[in-house]
Amino acid sequence: MSLQTDTAARPGAGWALPAPLRRIAADPWLFGIFVLLTLSVLVFAVLPIVNVLKQAVWTPEGFDLAALKTTLAQPFVWRALGNTLILGATSALVATVAGFVMAFAVTRTTMPGKGFIHAAALLPIISPPFVMALAIVILFGRSGLITRELLGIRNANVYGFHSLVLIQSLAFTPIAYLNIKGMLQSIDSALEDASASLGGTRWTTFRQVTLPLVTPAILSSILLVFVKSVEDFGNPMLIGGPFSTLAVEAYSQMVGYFNLNAGALLASLMLIPSMTAFLIHRYWVSKKSYVTVTGKPTAQSIRISGARVVLPLSLVCYFLALTILLFYATVFYVSFTKLPGVNNTLTLDHYRTVFTAGFDTLGNSLYLAGIATPVTAIAGMMIAYLLVRRAFPGSFLLRWGTLLSFAAPGTILGIGYIGTFNTPPLLLTGTAAIIIAAMVVKNLQVGIEAGTNQLQQIDRSIEEASTILGASSGRTFTSVTLPLLRPALFSSVAYAFTRSLTTLSAVIFLVSANWTLITVTILSQVETLKTGVAAAWCCILVVVVLAILALMQLVLNRSARER
Amino acid sequence: MSNVVFQNIVKQFPAAGGAPGGLAVQDLDLTIEEGSLVTLLGPSGCGKTTTLRMLAGFETPTSGRITIGGRDVTHLPVNARNVGMVFQSYALFPHMTVRQNVEYGAKLQNLSKAELNSRVDEMLETMALTPYADRAPSRLSGGQQQRVALARAVVTRPKVLLFDEPLSNLDAQLRERMRDELRAIQLRLGITSLYVTHDQSEAMAISDRVVVMRNGVVEQADTPMNVYARPGTAFVAEFMGKANILEGEVQEIGEATVRTRIAGASFELPRGPHPLRPGQRVRCVLRPEYLRIDPQGPLTATVKRVVFQGGHVEYLTEIGGQECTVTDAQYFHGGIAEQGRPLRLALDTRPVWMLADDQNTNALKAA
Repeated sequence: MSLQTDTAARPGAGWALPAPLRRIAADPWLFGIFVLLTLSVLVFAVLPIVNVLKQAVWTPEGFDLAALKTTLAQPFVWRALGNTLILGATSALVATVAGFVMAFAVTRTTMPGKGFIHAAALLPIISPPFVMALAIVILFGRSGLITRELLGIRNANVYGFHSLVLIQSLAFTPIAYLNIKGMLQSIDSALEDASASLGGTRWTTFRQVTLPLVTPAILSSILLVFVKSVEDFGNPMLIGGPFSTLAVEAYSQMVGYFNLNAGALLASLMLIPSMTAFLIHRYWVSKKSYVTVTGKPTAQSIRISGARVVLPLSLVCYFLALTILLFYATVFYVSFTKLPGVNNTLTLDHYRTVFTAGFDTLGNSLYLAGIATPVTAIAGMMIAYLLVRRAFPGSFLLRWGTLLSFAAPGTILGIGYIGTFNTPPLLLTGTAAIIIAAMVVKNLQVGIEAGTNQLQQIDRSIEEASTILGASSGRTFTSVTLPLLRPALFSSVAYAFTRSLTTLSAVIFLVSANWTLITVTILSQVETLKTGVAAAWCCILVVVVLAILALMQLVLNRSARER
Repeated sequence: MSNVVFQNIVKQFPAAGGAPGGLAVQDLDLTIEEGSLVTLLGPSGCGKTTTLRMLAGFETPTSGRITIGGRDVTHLPVNARNVGMVFQSYALFPHMTVRQNVEYGAKLQNLSKAELNSRVDEMLETMALTPYADRAPSRLSGGQQQRVALARAVVTRPKVLLFDEPLSNLDAQLRERMRDELRAIQLRLGITSLYVTHDQSEAMAISDRVVVMRNGVVEQADTPMNVYARPGTAFVAEFMGKANILEGEVQEIGEATVRTRIAGASFELPRGPHPLRPGQRVRCVLRPEYLRIDPQGPLTATVKRVVFQGGHVEYLTEIGGQECTVTDAQYFHGGIAEQGRPLRLALDTRPVWMLADDQNTNALKAA
């Protein structure tokens, strides 16, 4: 500090530092953190992805156009790409329409049982992605509870496109629902009141005012669900059957045929739709938004109560919520059933198996997610702060590095990690660190996003007040900014923890004999047809996640009440 | 000595999004005497806030130099300047109690525990905040929040106190009370202060000196009385309250007065500091309160519009082709004149002020 005071005190000596350097000199400490974070992002997010891209076109003998051509000439590559795009587009549309109906019914009508709908909609978010796949096989499979027991269909085929669309729609509707609900709530209700006062009917108001205002949220939901669908690995793996997607194909090329080139190429192809959707979202949809500050619900005066509107909407909502619940109830039921569809006697055998086999993998998952979560949340807040409040030279590297890590599907990240971190000095394969790194990188952007939104709502002069009272930047960050970021910090902790516990697409490439995860164990049990044990694990996982989230909420409420 | 001196300060903002970079402040020279309160006054975009933020250290001047008590602070970081500031939004820390807010800065000064506590207690007492010490700022009224902001700013005993439109969030009645309170405390502490506002009556009520700024340039820096009664430019005249600027012709220059013809009538106006010659056209500043309705008055006006304001009636009139506003606080005696009627006016010539000749005539339109 003394050094920089000296240089600064030199009055107009003609060599006042250029602005970017002065910003560094003013906070050398903060700049150090910035450099550290940027390097970490480059090494753990950008480098692996670049390596996969390289691997896709680079054989051990060097760049080989012929090899690339051979791989590209194989029909399975194009089939997988086509399948991925069709599945993504269909799921995106269905989930967004369903999400919109639910969001509209909850925010704009007098539909009864909103709390129930909301709770049911949140269930898929906190559970492993393939719980639904497990349930659909039990319900609609060859010996399905509905198909055979109820309807007597003998050779129902549950595997394929139709099931995937159903599963992904159910699993991703909550994303669209939350997204659109947030936007509907933040629309100033005076706008709709104004339309009504000018003589607009409900329908006119809906079409001319409400719908255009939520269009950005609708578009963003479509793109978001599309990206999620492209990235989804567990569901297509379990119930895709002959309908193969890029994520599954890349995995089987890598792990099944040890064809690194093809695996890398398929993973690279996943990047194209994901990045396209993501960039459209970032540079087009978000610019169209009329609502600047989100997350601030305004008082809603008009609620539609006419039965003609409320009744059909309610029916759709209840149907969706009950379907979600049915799927979860099925998993719960299966975990207590000997062999569903064949022998329906109730049993505790599966839980006995789980308890005798021990909780090593669940313990691993909790342990690794427990380390990854605080790292993700704190790093997310710090990066948000550095990007929003400080413009250090080179911050575009940090911004783009984190964006890339978020947009890139887990598969490419996982493949990149095994290719990148298998040689010293970055020898990490087989360790816990590589899994933790993948968890952090995959969830970092959500923390950054939450932190950024929160920061933009914090009056900058609050931080200025701290510095003018004599606090350094570091002090201001820890005693003023960070406490005010608490809501964002909490939500990113909750998100990072559930995601880290339930993630599959990236970590499936990274687990080892020493460090395997609960999701991978469940997947292999489903594959080996130990459905009951898998269901028991799913139930335990959901309960654990719920318990930990409830505990966090309790801690947050308590600390909030203290002030 | 903690007087503040701005020397040749220029602030150019970098061009953003294709727009040319703005020259926010041009060649500012300004001295704030120790213990005095100087107000920067002007419309938005005039450079007053930028000037304040340069003294705080949130902005760095493009060129020039700022000293506090003789010490060059131009490039000193914000947190090393020992400057207090009351923000427009108050910027109270919402996650801290009133007491924690007030002691935040004092805690950073390595005071002894006893010294810290006694200072904070004393400050809370001074600001009548003791009963609210353990409350969250959000549970205080606007006026109380304002006092917390002030207490927090002065408890560190800063060399300079800055106010960035501190009263703009209060309703009209409270604003006047808090204005007087701020001034009383500033005088009691004898702390050198820079105050930014766009409200001219606030500026006049609170300041030792008022600096009127426009487009990054100081138009006039003087006592409140002088900027009101002896404006240097038409812009200042009009910004400081209602002003009629009527054109006249110099007829005869006497010892202390100038015979001037305005709208067909002759007046003996006080002779200002500016050089004059007979036959010259001059522009005279007539505040509405200098004119009064008088059936024997020498001026004849036509009423264009009547605005009833309770305490007085305001007439927008035309005198010899020039617009002129007249206020009448005695309307309950003579009644309210109707639109289109002639009105005879008398002029109190003593406070009439002539603008300097070199004033560019565009000033009027631009204002």
